[in-house]
Amino acid sequence: MTRRRPVRRAVRYPVTGITLLGLVTACLLAPAGSARANSLVADLSRHLVAITTGFVGTDVLLFGATDDAGDVVVIVRGPDRPVVVHRKSRVLGVWANTAKVTFDRAPSFYAIASSRPLAEVAPVTVLARHQMGLDNLRLELSWLKASPNVARQWRAGLIRNFEAVGLYRAEVGRVLFLGNRLFRAGIHLPANVPTGTYQVKVFHLQGGRVVSAQTTPLQVSKIGAEAEVYDFAYQNSAMYGLIAILVALMAGWAAHMAFRKA
Amino acid sequence: MQIYLPIAEMSVNVFLLLGMGGGVGFLSGLFGVGGGFLMTPLLIFIGIPPAVAVGTEANQIVAASVSGVLAHWRRGNVDFKMGLVLLLGGLAGSTLGVILFSFLRGVGQIDLVISLCYVVFLGIIGALMLFESARTIRRRKTAPGQRRKLHQHNWVHGLPLKMRFRRSKLYISALMPLGIGFLVGVLAAIMGVGGGFVMVPAMIYLLGMPTAVVIGTSLFQIIFVTANVTFLQAYFNQTVDVVLALMLLSGAVIGAQFGARAGAKLHGEELRGLLALMVLAVCGKLFFDLLVTPSEIYSIGVVR
Repeated sequence: MTRRRPVRRAVRYPVTGITLLGLVTACLLAPAGSARANSLVADLSRHLVAITTGFVGTDVLLFGATDDAGDVVVIVRGPDRPVVVHRKSRVLGVWANTAKVTFDRAPSFYAIASSRPLAEVAPVTVLARHQMGLDNLRLELSWLKASPNVARQWRAGLIRNFEAVGLYRAEVGRVLFLGNRLFRAGIHLPANVPTGTYQVKVFHLQGGRVVSAQTTPLQVSKIGAEAEVYDFAYQNSAMYGLIAILVALMAGWAAHMAFRKA
Repeated sequence: MQIYLPIAEMSVNVFLLLGMGGGVGFLSGLFGVGGGFLMTPLLIFIGIPPAVAVGTEANQIVAASVSGVLAHWRRGNVDFKMGLVLLLGGLAGSTLGVILFSFLRGVGQIDLVISLCYVVFLGIIGALMLFESARTIRRRKTAPGQRRKLHQHNWVHGLPLKMRFRRSKLYISALMPLGIGFLVGVLAAIMGVGGGFVMVPAMIYLLGMPTAVVIGTSLFQIIFVTANVTFLQAYFNQTVDVVLALMLLSGAVIGAQFGARAGAKLHGEELRGLLALMVLAVCGKLFFDLLVTPSEIYSIGVVR
């Protein structure tokens, strides 16, 4: 079922660049099982975001086409990581962390865009299944003793913290259609984005059902001097420490010499 | 203009960092203090992770102390023997401090401990300095004071392991400076300071050292203690951001020059009173933050 449709389409139309691209995408997607049918093609304006000295955040453009009318939802997820959350309470008049839980995996970045408000695009069950919207983000507590109510509070606490630093975005961005088929969406990555391989998931929905989906990787890496300093600090920690001291000693000496002349 | 800090993993405005370095440098030049106790809370305030703020500030203080000690050394105001004894205690203390720091960070209590240390020590030192300078200013206005003894004899002089410190004109037990060095070392590692603001009063009031050699000797041992903290923080926690340290340093060097010039125009006692007020202000702000109900009681911790 997965492969039949694009083949038929290739027969129906003359072999153009677009159908070739469709075929290639279908072949690429079919083994991964991420696409139910090839009614969707999408790509990013670039697949690598380089964090360099002057990095202040950046925008990546997602563009694509559907072969039918319908809605498009785009989800950008940073690599999953375990996250520890602390909760404060008053101890002897002072606010201190008194409880903590660990979420086994939470995306380090989450943003969503949709062609129409999410509630109009699909029913709640579909939104939940595909983790569309922050409310539907699946965050599993490793701590199973928590009652559902308490677990919800911890989950909300985690989401608020990530929202506060701009790594989760609650508001739904816009997917703009140009005519019926072509669409585009801007993905904004703030200055503090974590590095790693991001997943950009594009869903094509019709009548509240996902008829096609595609996942495109987006690499976010430190490049150049920043990457070298970071890698050196983690891989050669002792040498990094010694160099840091040496730099400080020389800077102090230079300051003294400059100061004496003045 | 933004600069990306590779270890703190965030972008910060270059001029903000230079300005902070310059401002704190000005105050440290004015009052003759290291400024770590101002800079570390400021860094945390602009969003640098506390662990990175503490590790990086240790690195910056190495540089600040080197340029300071060279000036004092030329005037012969460094008691190297006393400095070495303090240093032995300081190395042990700061090593324990870094281990303690890693542990507290893992259990999610490091922010609280840093704040509490600041409140307690800044509160005590600020109050003492304010009291002392107020008394001196009042005395200067009323009557000429009687001649002070070189130093008082107390229980400190009954301790074993006595050593002679010629430049400080002291014959006291080595245990005392060792202990002071150790305690200040622990504080330096946890609070991201050089510890001069605790060390200097301790040297004057507990050891009875002459004021002239106190600053130089304190700076001398701070270089090595903060270098030790820098190395251990970089080695165990990877929390030393060289780029951040260099930015702060550049501002601080220039600020300190202006500060020292401005300081020459003010009276010593008034300076000390001003410093005391500033110390108490930082203390009060941190204490208030601990007491007031936070807007968000959930926070993200460090995964061990």
